[in-house]
Amino acid sequence: MAIALEVNGKAVSVKAADDTPLLWVLRDELGLTGTKYGCGIAQCGACTIHIDGQPVRACQTPVSAAAGMKITTVEGLGGHHPVQQAWVKADVPQCGYCQSGQIMSAAALLAEKRNPSDADIDAAMSGNICRCGTYQRIRAAIKDAAGIAAALPAKGV
Amino acid sequence: MNAHSKIAQPSRRDLVVGATMVGGALLVGCSPADLLSAGAKTQIGAFGPFVKVAADGAVTVVSKHIEFGQGSHAGLAAIVAEELDADWTRVRVEFAPANAKIYANSMMGAQGTGGSSAIANSWQQLRTAGAATRAMFVQAAAAKWNVPAAEITVRDSLVSHARSGKSAGFGELVADAGKVTPPEAPVLKDPRTFTLVGTSRVRRKDSTAKSNGTARYTQDVRMEGLLTAMVAHAPRFGAKVKSFDDTAARKVAGVVDVIQIPTGVAVVARDTWSARQGREALKVVWDETKAEGRGSDQIMAEYRAAAAGKGPESLKWVPFDSKGDAAKATDGEVFEATYDFPYLAHAAMEPMDCVAIVKGSKVKLIHGSQSPTMDQLAVAKVVGALPGSVEIETLLAGGSFGRRANFQADYVAECVHIAKKLPKGTPLKLVWTREDDMRAGYFRPITHHSVRIVLDKDGYPAVWRQRVVTQSLMKGSPIPSKGPLDATAVEGALGSPYLKATPVVDAQLATPDVGVPVLWWRSVGATHTAHVMEHTIDQLARKAGKDPVEYRRVLYQRAGAKRHLAVLNLAMEKAGPVPAGLARGVAVHESFGSVVAQVADVRLADGVDPKVERVVTAIDCGTAVAPDQIAAQMEGGTCYGLSAHLYGEVVVDKGAVQQTNFDGYRVLRMNEAPLVETHILPSDRPPSGVGEPGTPVIGPALANAMLGAGKPPVTRLPIVRNV
Repeated sequence: MAIALEVNGKAVSVKAADDTPLLWVLRDELGLTGTKYGCGIAQCGACTIHIDGQPVRACQTPVSAAAGMKITTVEGLGGHHPVQQAWVKADVPQCGYCQSGQIMSAAALLAEKRNPSDADIDAAMSGNICRCGTYQRIRAAIKDAAGIAAALPAKGV
Repeated sequence: MNAHSKIAQPSRRDLVVGATMVGGALLVGCSPADLLSAGAKTQIGAFGPFVKVAADGAVTVVSKHIEFGQGSHAGLAAIVAEELDADWTRVRVEFAPANAKIYANSMMGAQGTGGSSAIANSWQQLRTAGAATRAMFVQAAAAKWNVPAAEITVRDSLVSHARSGKSAGFGELVADAGKVTPPEAPVLKDPRTFTLVGTSRVRRKDSTAKSNGTARYTQDVRMEGLLTAMVAHAPRFGAKVKSFDDTAARKVAGVVDVIQIPTGVAVVARDTWSARQGREALKVVWDETKAEGRGSDQIMAEYRAAAAGKGPESLKWVPFDSKGDAAKATDGEVFEATYDFPYLAHAAMEPMDCVAIVKGSKVKLIHGSQSPTMDQLAVAKVVGALPGSVEIETLLAGGSFGRRANFQADYVAECVHIAKKLPKGTPLKLVWTREDDMRAGYFRPITHHSVRIVLDKDGYPAVWRQRVVTQSLMKGSPIPSKGPLDATAVEGALGSPYLKATPVVDAQLATPDVGVPVLWWRSVGATHTAHVMEHTIDQLARKAGKDPVEYRRVLYQRAGAKRHLAVLNLAMEKAGPVPAGLARGVAVHESFGSVVAQVADVRLADGVDPKVERVVTAIDCGTAVAPDQIAAQMEGGTCYGLSAHLYGEVVVDKGAVQQTNFDGYRVLRMNEAPLVETHILPSDRPPSGVGEPGTPVIGPALANAMLGAGKPPVTRLPIVRNV
């Protein structure tokens, strides 16, 4: 059945059963392959996206639950988001497979807290697994992005 | 040269034997490279197989190695750019096609990435390729400007002649340069004049693509008519399909076909979710008559009994180090310990996957191929083709840690088994769920070590007896082992400076057959030998009432282990005093030609898991090509090793894996990760491994910190069980 979604600022209509995880609609239907499958049970965070600004695991979100809400994927961050800039500057990624999810969790954290503490970072990021072990660069890049964001005119990140 | 790289270097004859098992009798007598590349069509440009220069002057380095996180593409590109004097900002990297004749790993004799050898085996090859290309540009400019070649300089892709004031970019000269005959032995730079290699300017080329969602992995392949398959695998290792009912599966919207293959039953669908729904609706009855019926506990009990001399008589013991007469009675205090290591899953973030297009005996694979040659050999067998005719487009892989280099190329062959039953030329993507990935095995094997050491009057080892029981990684390999020893099972104990410093040694390995598939897992033998050797040494030092660091220094001096001593001293110097409230542990281990020392400062408290706060690392990896990527590998390797040591355990019960996902197979997370500081020992040796040597050291460093804080020795992994 057709479901109306707003993805990265664009209205789209997709054909999928109500209970299809949003992850597979994004990837297979809409071709937004930046959002990754890692576990399917909201344990790894590789599929993290934003729904109405909140970080959500797309693998456990039925597509019908996202109807009418604003969905943002890594592609929707635009490429020059302070978090993305900081990621490149620090060469955070190794294999890179988890990084879309890491970036989406980090962007949501910074939108919430402009200057996160280590405890804030632990709390926001411990749902995102990185098997390459890029955690210390992620932490450093989040702090760096907080600085980049602080230097930008105030607006939602 | 360590044990692993020895075993990874089959003789030419070995490969002929291995390959002809696939290719058939007609091919006996071919060279292995000819054999493996038979049918391959590889375009090579004017500057050879590794360098391309575009009309706009941009340089592309062709990588024969996969990039799955280890950062080799940065280092490989930098080696070429250094000798070519190319503008680093305009250098990009692309994957080589599969052709072992051109792109073999010189440390393997086949095309593949492993043994932390990407930079090491490419060093001379890519320096030469870069220097030859540079010489061709210089020659072209000299002819064009009619000036002596010796007066021409190259910098940042700009070719200049100071006296005449002439200069031109690579783009302006590329047409002429491509016509110059490449020099056979181009002059390489004096490494002391390097301006890129060894500097912080060597950065990853893929960070942008990996930060904006455009990096392309096998999971992300999309093309016209692409179908997606999931396979129902047997719950127990070794079980086969007895019968299946696909009535309900075929009714699932989007399901296209249900196909029995040797490894199970495949559901083919138009998209991933439909394939998964279809598989859930499938009913399969398994024939378990030949399945493995044992579990982890029983296997470990058998290994323990074997090490204690109570194993079956048929079990063969193979010595890996032997000197002096261990049977002769020696006076002295005796130290005894046993160590148990569980199965470990690689659990790469991207579960195994592959895309195949089969047209009769013509196959194209699109996937993160870690070992194109092994993939070609396995797929050639499935479709009856020449290995070289199996075309491979290599993509980025979302981690591997050893999983994607598999003699059976299991999931690749599985994909081709399905694709060959579809209408000719149908592109098929095989995807494994996390559960498939975790249950299908190819684990770091269960391993047991037993050591009995007699100490001399000063408390140093006089007699070292060691028994290792584990499953062989090399069994079933198309590359026959040299002699009866599987060195991958004992590397790290084999070659240990502690054994060199001990007058009498009796060290032996047994590798019983078990029906659980096993494979190399980042740092291979060192995943267990480093813990055994390093944790034992700390226990011996404490028994002798000596400081463990000083104790090591004495043994390194006796063994002539200068590199071990140097990294230990560097790490200790950089670590400084122990922070208040933390416990400190030290470990040193050599693997893949590099030696790593780590000083771990650990927070220990009752009722909570140990937390490694800071790890000071010193590495001797020869010439450092990409220092920031070396640091990244020490950071990541430490997390990977720590994750396993703290939490990693796959439990097999009656031949079936009990863990299914990250909820049952705990891995290290952000709040548990240490801060790793990396110090690189200056060296003028050629580069050695970096991807794996950072993994095996943190475990024993942590265990030694716990020991120093009065906790019992860590004799059974993972640690969280012991706390």
